[in-house]
Amino acid sequence: MADRKVVIIGSGPAGLTAALYTARANLTPLLVEGLEAGGQLMLTTMVENWPGFRDGIMGPDLMTEMRAQAERFGTEIVQGNVTRVDLKQRPFMVTFEDGKHVTTETLIIATGASARWLEIGSDRKLAGHGVSTCATCDGYFFRGKPIAVVGGGDSAMEEAIYLTRFASKVSVIHRRESLRASKIMQDKAFANPKIEFIWDSEIAEVQATDKGEVSGIIVRNLKTGHLSDLPLDGVFIAIGHTPNTSLFTGQIELDENGYIRTRTGSRTSVPGVFAAGDVQDHIYRQAITAAGSGCMAALDAERYLEGLHLAADNTDAALHVG
Amino acid sequence: MASDKVKTFTDDNFDQETKQGLVLVDFWAEWCGPCRRLAPTVDALASEFDGRATVAKLNVDENPNIPGRYAVRGIPTLLLFKQGELAETIVGLRGKDDIAKLIERHLGD
Repeated sequence: MADRKVVIIGSGPAGLTAALYTARANLTPLLVEGLEAGGQLMLTTMVENWPGFRDGIMGPDLMTEMRAQAERFGTEIVQGNVTRVDLKQRPFMVTFEDGKHVTTETLIIATGASARWLEIGSDRKLAGHGVSTCATCDGYFFRGKPIAVVGGGDSAMEEAIYLTRFASKVSVIHRRESLRASKIMQDKAFANPKIEFIWDSEIAEVQATDKGEVSGIIVRNLKTGHLSDLPLDGVFIAIGHTPNTSLFTGQIELDENGYIRTRTGSRTSVPGVFAAGDVQDHIYRQAITAAGSGCMAALDAERYLEGLHLAADNTDAALHVG
Repeated sequence: MASDKVKTFTDDNFDQETKQGLVLVDFWAEWCGPCRRLAPTVDALASEFDGRATVAKLNVDENPNIPGRYAVRGIPTLLLFKQGELAETIVGLRGKDDIAKLIERHLGD
């Protein structure tokens, strides 16, 4: 007998929507928040593309609402991290940081994706001392100072624009000669007098003072190979995300980029295990698509449980006849 | 709600408060989402180490000097002080057990 019918790992839009739907289906889901509780929206400011809010809604406020809504229908939310899952045994086993564990008939994976760092070493070492992946957390420290944003997508433009509130100048460093960001974000960024663009370039090194604070970067032009110094106080990295799938490696099918492979909705390679949100989506990666896939995972899990219990009932009936 | 076991440090009382023993300081601000996530962990650590180590918060918005002194340019950041000397720096989110282990290690010395 499993402790739970549904366990959900992750508390972003995917996880909380899965919780809302399974809770309303009387499956009393257990949701494990994870370290980055609330997901990536907790790091944003105004979300203007969540339908239903014509004036936008603050990312953290949206997550607070989603959480409360999921709890209202009976979701049990626990803080902390999952350290291990065993998908080879049935029911599945989920182990927490403190060593406690639960067994469950279905598992919904909504662990999302986390910000990627540059692969130069010096960036990670200077995290918290001038290198950041969170503009809303750390922009404050760069009042009146020049900074750089690395990346060319929507998130990079959003960060660059946000950071012009504090910084004296924002240099966007991008590997290509055009942006990947949507037209509307590009227009906003190009129109901002504090933002300048450094095209076809990457950061070769982040430099620091003796005190360990960022003092500048060395920029490499990818076309000419030319290296140049750019003195600045902060570097914000917005070059995308990597899926949080290390818990499942070797137990579940992943694609070549490490994302969970799903088919016919939210089904993974293990029956009874479903995936939703950014952990299985490197194409759309929107709050609304994550929420939509969370709903799909909930409905798929519900259907799977019905099948499971129907089969069990049939076995019981067969035994009685026998 | 912050636990009453968590002290509040300012630019003014910081040196006095960190002078002795083992002191964990959480650098945070109202507008920082991850700081809010870390808050319950800090509360729990304060209870767990009650009487053995001091756990405190310092609002970087209201107290710009101390963050500057320790080159804190990102939050949440946790600094652990031992007899007034900086002993450990933790940048970003970390699980409660990880942080507890770090404190234990310095208590054991």
